[in-house]
Amino acid sequence: MTTPAVDIQGVTHRYGTHLALQDVTLQVAPGALYGLLGPNGSGKTTLFRILSTLMPPSEGRAQVFGLDTAQKPDAVRQRIGAVFQDEALDDALTVRENLRFQAALYGLRGTGRRERIDALLQRLDVADRADDAAGDLSGGLRRRVDLARGLLHRPDLLLLDEPTSGLDPAARRTFWTAVQRLREAEGTTLLLATHLMDEADRCDRVGILSDGALVADGAPDTLKDALGDETIWVETDAPARLCNRIEAQFGVSTRVVGSTVQVAPPDPPAFLSSLYEALGDRIRSATVRTPTLEDVFMVHAEVSPEDRRERVLAQTEETEG
Amino acid sequence: MTTLRTIGALTAREMLKFVRDRSRVLGALAQPLALWLLLGLGFQNTFQPPQGGVGESYVAFLFPGILALVLLFTAIFSTISIVEERDSGFLQAVLVAPTPRTALVFGTTLGGTLLATVQALLFLGALPLVDLAPGWLGVGMVTAVCLLMGLAFTALGFAIAWRMDTTRGFHAIMNLFLLPLWFLSGAMFPVEGAAPVLQVFVWANPVSYAVSGLRHGLHGFAETPAALAGPGVCLAVTGGFALLMMGVAVWQVRRPFFQA
Repeated sequence: MTTPAVDIQGVTHRYGTHLALQDVTLQVAPGALYGLLGPNGSGKTTLFRILSTLMPPSEGRAQVFGLDTAQKPDAVRQRIGAVFQDEALDDALTVRENLRFQAALYGLRGTGRRERIDALLQRLDVADRADDAAGDLSGGLRRRVDLARGLLHRPDLLLLDEPTSGLDPAARRTFWTAVQRLREAEGTTLLLATHLMDEADRCDRVGILSDGALVADGAPDTLKDALGDETIWVETDAPARLCNRIEAQFGVSTRVVGSTVQVAPPDPPAFLSSLYEALGDRIRSATVRTPTLEDVFMVHAEVSPEDRRERVLAQTEETEG
Repeated sequence: MTTLRTIGALTAREMLKFVRDRSRVLGALAQPLALWLLLGLGFQNTFQPPQGGVGESYVAFLFPGILALVLLFTAIFSTISIVEERDSGFLQAVLVAPTPRTALVFGTTLGGTLLATVQALLFLGALPLVDLAPGWLGVGMVTAVCLLMGLAFTALGFAIAWRMDTTRGFHAIMNLFLLPLWFLSGAMFPVEGAAPVLQVFVWANPVSYAVSGLRHGLHGFAETPAALAGPGVCLAVTGGFALLMMGVAVWQVRRPFFQA
């Protein structure tokens, strides 16, 4: 069997008494796009800090291509690139100067360096801004330049920590097109942290983090299929009581998922009208749809409706900057 | 080789950043200049020159100390970027690269030191105003002291910045450390005329020897008023202080970037 690109075994991490990661075990195959999905504060960034050798885990071990991040940080650093939540660009320097600085950190120079920089800028569609100060670029352009920075030394594994946060939908689409093109051209393994479901849906495999624990791990479709096909999703004020009512009255299986109730009758569209007739006053809204990753998250995180009425994962970026 | 390249790249970046930020260039020069003229002209007629410096005006007496202040301010401004860039990805990008962390210390401090020294030497343009004639050898001495003291201040700033989460905290600590070091360096008042308690502090303060070294240089090694020790001792103490501070910075940077 080939060595996994990322191999995390029983990693627990504490900041003082706060438990940021609890016994996380996961593997990423070489060449894959793996998404770590979870709300803010679920431990994604902590896991990234451990993988990028900035911090050893309190317990357990993390390996990158078979190299331990705590014991062989220098060897790991040769193999990884990182794109952080905030761009690692110096606003006072031009795009090209920033990339040259990055090249110096990895000992790249001469024509090899120039060709690499030019090729990346071309591929990411920022070549015409190469001599502008990084501080003058729009958010989307900065992100792409930062992606070029992370890829400059041809890392085998690229860590992307919420790389599209703060971008508008158009800029995010462009960013993802660029990532897709780079995957095809360079075969880099990508580990992506995100709280956006549509980004997680693009991944080959998704791990769901909730309060520092990995609660689900698999291909997005597999995870969603496990919750059943088309079902009815009912928004209500008292999910547990509604569940009992439906089961008692119709003998149909139900499940509380956060503040909603999932109802799985044989013929969902037909059942919907009888549900409204019988219990319309208790239903805020009801839809027939296939499960989303949010549902997967809600089910596996065992979020009780009292704890979290709000949906914690976003379909698309709205308010966060 | 990568280490040297990293140091070079970091040094070059410090310089570029500084040159492109006009307010910083202005601030680092204008503040000491204003202080020099205000204090110098304010105490013009009440200042008693120390023995040996007959007829030396306060403006001239204060001049070496102002050079030290230029070094101090530049050092503060150049290391504050460590705090600012802690949360932006920039510093993290350097730390996840396969380059030793000591390269980060050397590159940052070297950049800050060169900046501070160039600024201090620019300040020498005011020499004709204070009637000091250092000669080339004297300028060489001033340059040497500036380089060593610049290294000491930037390394100290780096070590403090590494521990700081906010620029506010950084400023507070820097003011706590650096300004007393300057006040008690014999830059503002001649040590012989001070209260005995203060004299002890001045003698124990490594910055005093840097200021004395500047006095030697600026007077062209001629009869130098208010110098604590000979030029050789001044250089040696300043050099030792720089080495010590570099050691502290290198030791600091080995701490994990994020607290476990």
